[in-house]
Amino acid sequence: MPPKTPGDVSHVFTPVYQPEYFLLLPLWCRSRVVESESENKLDGETASDSESKSEFGGSSPVPTSDDTPEVLNRALSNLSSRWKNWWVRGILTLAMITFFFIIIYLGPMVLMTIVMCVQIKCFHEIITIGYNVYHSYDLPWFRTLSWYFLLCVNYFFYGETVTDYFFTLVQREEPLRILSKYHRFISFALYLTGFCMFVLSLVKKHYRLQFYMFGWTHVTLLIVVTQSHLIIHNLFEGMIWFIVPISCVICNDIMAYMFGFFFGRTPLIKLSPKKTWEGFIGGFFSTVLFGLLLSYVMSGYRCFTCPVEFNNDTNSFTVDCEPSELFQLQEYNIPVVLQSVVGWKTVRMYPFQIHSIALSTFASLIGPFGGFFASGFKRAFKIKDFANTIPGHGGIMDRFDCQYLMATFVNVYIASFIRGPNPSKLIQQFLTLRPDQQLHIFNTLKAHLVDRGILGSLEDA
Amino acid sequence: SDIPDVPPPTDSTPEILKRALSGLSARWKNWWIRGILSLAMISGFFLIIYLGSFMLMLLVLSIQVKCYHEIITIGYRVYHSYDLPWFRSLSWYFLLCVNYFFYGETVADYFATFVQRREQLQFLIRYHRFISFALYLTGFCMFVLSLVKKHYRLQFYMFAWTHVTLLITVTQSHLVIQNLFEGMIWFLVPISSVICNDITAYIFGFFFGRTPLIKLSPKKTWEGFIGGFFSTVVFGFIFSYFLAQHQYFVCPVEYNSETNRFVTECEPSELFQMKKYSVPPLLQAVLGWETVNMYPFQMHSFALSTFASLIGPFGGFFASGFKRAFKIKDFADTIPGHGGIMDRFDCQYLMATFVHVYITSFIRGPNPSKLLKQLLILQPEQQLSVYKTLKSHLVEKGILQPSLRG
Repeated sequence: MPPKTPGDVSHVFTPVYQPEYFLLLPLWCRSRVVESESENKLDGETASDSESKSEFGGSSPVPTSDDTPEVLNRALSNLSSRWKNWWVRGILTLAMITFFFIIIYLGPMVLMTIVMCVQIKCFHEIITIGYNVYHSYDLPWFRTLSWYFLLCVNYFFYGETVTDYFFTLVQREEPLRILSKYHRFISFALYLTGFCMFVLSLVKKHYRLQFYMFGWTHVTLLIVVTQSHLIIHNLFEGMIWFIVPISCVICNDIMAYMFGFFFGRTPLIKLSPKKTWEGFIGGFFSTVLFGLLLSYVMSGYRCFTCPVEFNNDTNSFTVDCEPSELFQLQEYNIPVVLQSVVGWKTVRMYPFQIHSIALSTFASLIGPFGGFFASGFKRAFKIKDFANTIPGHGGIMDRFDCQYLMATFVNVYIASFIRGPNPSKLIQQFLTLRPDQQLHIFNTLKAHLVDRGILGSLEDA
Repeated sequence: SDIPDVPPPTDSTPEILKRALSGLSARWKNWWIRGILSLAMISGFFLIIYLGSFMLMLLVLSIQVKCYHEIITIGYRVYHSYDLPWFRSLSWYFLLCVNYFFYGETVADYFATFVQRREQLQFLIRYHRFISFALYLTGFCMFVLSLVKKHYRLQFYMFAWTHVTLLITVTQSHLVIQNLFEGMIWFLVPISSVICNDITAYIFGFFFGRTPLIKLSPKKTWEGFIGGFFSTVVFGFIFSYFLAQHQYFVCPVEYNSETNRFVTECEPSELFQMKKYSVPPLLQAVLGWETVNMYPFQMHSFALSTFASLIGPFGGFFASGFKRAFKIKDFADTIPGHGGIMDRFDCQYLMATFVHVYITSFIRGPNPSKLLKQLLILQPEQQLSVYKTLKSHLVEKGILQPSLRG
């Protein structure tokens, strides 16, 4: 094993991460408490951990088309091809993680844009596979129709989200107001147009292929587009709800691989012969631990825990608020069982860390099923990777296959256990009701508040 | 190589009809069977309407299950997938999950008072999304665990087929029920418009048909299409005129917790109160009237009939294309002379979604009881702030007197 120091590749690939970056105030994060020590240490650990992990990076065979940038090719030209692959994979892993940190630093708007780009690329990859599978390069209209449906569904979803979060902005501008009032109707009309075009484009020889591709497009939209919008919903809830789940899945991937590499013996599932039970369980415990630590660090910063809001006066996103109960330290009694192990009687934790246990558990136990699904899919259609976008890793979909279920889970989790409905959205709906309905609701609410003692007797509070 | 054999047409005509029509030639026999069954279906429709909203809901649910079954069976035949492990159970399981999710969302809204009384239901409602998602995930994981080396591709095909079918049939049927709860008229007029369009387009095509409409369905003609359009609009007008007069059809369906039944009683909304409209000068010369008494709903019925005649048929073309693609003559043989349930309902899909989108965009705002339910879930301090905002709004609009206890 050749000795490896970060200096080996520093002349071609200078890590963008430098400690002092995190001392600067990110533009989108107004009042950030600078606790440089602990954060730098943790991030330093993460980055260097991944750097050292990269030596043991994946040992997949050479992809058929070599996308590796020339610069890397030259740098690694003297190594054997096996080590070269490991290096390529490791460097790309590091690059992706660094990229992740950069865009977090850049703020919610950039994150939204990135999510959107990833979604479009995933859609493109899956549709291209469909084309290849069905030799459908020359179906009339179909490329156009697939992209048109993507546009329609995105328009529908973004319209729904945008109207909620940008309510005041939308009300001010007249064309936006009409678009938002009749949003469902407009989206439906757009979709119908696509549907009718599809029906009119049916050609006698290609009926079955065209229906297959129609079905393929719709299932892809269902998977890719809904997930990406749920991710954006989670993001608006607070950056921590975006970062912790994604990091847990990434950590689980890496740790399961590590444990599998060192201790792996019992195969897990026939679909993915490289996965082992040891990796699975080891990954589970490490991910839970990682989740606890990461949430502990992040809960201290308002920029991560506050919901993203759109400030109408400055026309930009602000992340500033009074931290909710979830992000305030509390004393917890350690159950007697653990007291002897850990030696403490009570521990100070953020309530959010308890939730992070649930998130990490899901990421480790159920998230891999998304990966198995994608593996089964690749075997079914006899493809090795979804695409060749990332050298050493395959396509974007290959990286994101475990994330899908995670995004939906986090969204359902938030909606069920964390927050209730959005009060401003409720008020907005209330204002569109008829007067007698408004009165009825008002009276019922009043009676309810009086009942609970929140409102003093029959007097106005 | 994967083209299935066309199954021999099975004759499911009841014996009694066969004996009655034994004397006629085969061609007329088919027409009689088709005609009698049409009449039987329409009578059945009237009977169910008479029996009320609950029976209608059950009917919609049974049709949905049957349609789902028909499409899944076709998928099985196409892919010779009779012996895929677990797959039948998984398909029905997914149907159950999605139905549970949708019914939970609707039921919780409309049966709010019923639900508030029972503790166990409260728990189910509060965590409804989570429970539905957990159920769905279980199915998803079972699917992944059931993947068998030889059958990967087939299994993925059937998974996708199931999901697309769920998307089409289940969402449509729930939109139909939502429309129903808005008022029986929003259920009856669209469905009748589509049926009328089918029948009148056929009749016009039979008598005047000359120019073919689309290659997919060679029997359709432009004359039938246009004739059907005008007749459906007229039919829609007349039919809504009659229905708009009865509270039974016009009022939103509500669940009365005291009597434990559905009631349709209310003050008819503005839509269903006669108004004078001035006839545009163009039509004045034709009709000879200057003003006409109409229900505002009839204007909406004009939109509904137009959609049923112009865009509804695309659902039919889609189904025809589908049948040609998979080389099947009918979806099933459930109804003698007509084919399967899907054959009768193919034009209805787009209609149900359109009516729902139309209602939410142009007719009513959000559902008050759903809004109330969400208000009651909020945190106490959020409720208080909402209360204050609402109060100031109502006082401002003069709906609430500031000094009164309101």
